Amino acid sequence: MYGYVIRRLLLAIPVLIGVSILVFAIIRFIPGDPARAIAGVHASPEYIEQVRRELLLDEGLHVQYYVYMTNLLQGDLGRSTFTNRPVTVELAQRFPNTMVLAVTAMVIASIIGMSAGIVSATKRYSLFDNFSMLAALVGVAAPVFWLGVMFQLLFSVQLGWLPSGGIGTWKHLVLPALTLGLATAALLARITRSSMLEVLGQDYITTARSKGLIERVVINKHAFKNALIPVVTVIGLQFGTLLGGAVLTETVFSWPGIGRLMVDSILARDYPVVQGAVLLLAVFFVMINLVVDIIYAFLDPRISYGTKEVE
Amino acid sequence: MEKSKLDSLSKLDATSKLPTPKRDTELRQVWRHLRRNRLAMVGLAVLVLFLLCAIFAPFITPFDPIKTDFGNALQDPSSENLLGTDWLGRDSFSRILYGSRISLAIGLISVTIGMLIGVPIGALSGYYGGRFDILIQRIIDILIAFPGILLAIVVVAVLGVGVENVMIAVGIASVPIYTRLVRGSVLAVKEQGYIAAAKALGIGDARIIIRHIMPNCLGPIIVQSTFQIATAILWAAGLGFLGLGAQPPDPEWGAMLSKGREYIRTSHHLTTYPGLAILFMVLGFNLLGDGLRDALDPRSRKHR
Repeated sequence: MYGYVIRRLLLAIPVLIGVSILVFAIIRFIPGDPARAIAGVHASPEYIEQVRRELLLDEGLHVQYYVYMTNLLQGDLGRSTFTNRPVTVELAQRFPNTMVLAVTAMVIASIIGMSAGIVSATKRYSLFDNFSMLAALVGVAAPVFWLGVMFQLLFSVQLGWLPSGGIGTWKHLVLPALTLGLATAALLARITRSSMLEVLGQDYITTARSKGLIERVVINKHAFKNALIPVVTVIGLQFGTLLGGAVLTETVFSWPGIGRLMVDSILARDYPVVQGAVLLLAVFFVMINLVVDIIYAFLDPRISYGTKEVE
Repeated sequence: MEKSKLDSLSKLDATSKLPTPKRDTELRQVWRHLRRNRLAMVGLAVLVLFLLCAIFAPFITPFDPIKTDFGNALQDPSSENLLGTDWLGRDSFSRILYGSRISLAIGLISVTIGMLIGVPIGALSGYYGGRFDILIQRIIDILIAFPGILLAIVVVAVLGVGVENVMIAVGIASVPIYTRLVRGSVLAVKEQGYIAAAKALGIGDARIIIRHIMPNCLGPIIVQSTFQIATAILWAAGLGFLGLGAQPPDPEWGAMLSKGREYIRTSHHLTTYPGLAILFMVLGFNLLGDGLRDALDPRSRKHR
């Protein structure tokens, strides 16, 4: 098991290096003259020259990457061309907000999705099952930014219950987190339902029932734990989708997170910040996948990946 | 002598592999399965409706989707303007109709781009294995490290905003999915007896991949593409919403919705209906995809 964990950790290293190369390449792949694109259409030739010099664009790519990586490893991601503040400062200010939003959304999604899935599976083809599966179909198809705007329209404009944007109290968090979490809740409901149905058809469930165990124990103790394995994987993978969706949700609700910072920076051609934001989100996502894989290995002892057989 | 014999054998093999009548019944079988699936039929009907709207938009509505009419701005839905008008007095219904052209085009073209790059790479990676496979898989790992819509956003950040770049961006973002899918399918059939037989007959690798392996991957590719079009439409609308996609005055649903937010207190039809249009189109592809998956492989329900 520990061999697997170490191997999995080592496997993440080339991915992280690849991510750094791709992020490094963002500026270098800009068609035409990157220095001109970054400096802006109306920039003076002197300023364009200055940008070129600062980004070492006249040097060889390996030199550029070496300098980029050396700086990166020292925690230097450059300065915003817009605010002139260090990119790390900009990111550090926003990252906690994105985390709060994403984690709350995931908690909401897990609670709604998993409970709907379990009830649907235990009461198959009931009114609740049909309704929740229909809602799940719609939830997966609805654009997250549209859902957000519709929530604003209902809960902020018409009912006046919750603020339509910004950050501050828990009330500010409700609509963005719900918006961001619903699509994941829909997916989790479908996965939990099918996973539960599969488990409930197994022999050991019949055995548990024939032992005279009450249904609640059968569901909670015997079925749910085993049905959980695919659900956990999906939760982990969905975290990435959620981070992507956060870009849209943060824009709808003026939530000062990484996603919104990234979009604003793209529109302002503030490439150092774009690079920093992309790098942070990608590295974070790689880490999450790593953790999910390790949890998965603990949850399902059958996965031994060539190392010593477990139990 | 041997050469001509082999050639005729491989020709025989090729023709016997894909006899037209058999293929016809396969198609018909899939259709029969699909037809019995009510939700899939609903999805198909929705998509046909959108397609008709896209093709016949000029005949359905008398309004120009781009021409402004300031005297008629921000009107509520009425018999004249079914879904009201926007801040420039343009008919919202017409803009949504014409918008289906943009969304369908983005969905289809970007998925085609993803397929054209991803399928061959996946096939070669699975077929040849070895170092090439390892290299490709590591590259895919890196691309997959960019969660969800983020890879598309990164590509747009590099190439610049606009519909064409959105198609390329979303296309590139879907490459990993095809590569993984096709590689998996190829690995599954590569060791089959008939592939070994084809090799023994001296048939070239390219021919084996195209004639004997790819037909087996077709089902999963079709199913995945249906879902992928839905995802592409969602992502493209998202990019449009962020101001990174279609630019004014194009009637792109995401961009329409984004601008409509400014008028949410007075004219919420400007945000409600473009969003519903996206929802129904995506739902249509998802329902059809579910149906196709079950029709092409009834056991697949256990997959996810």
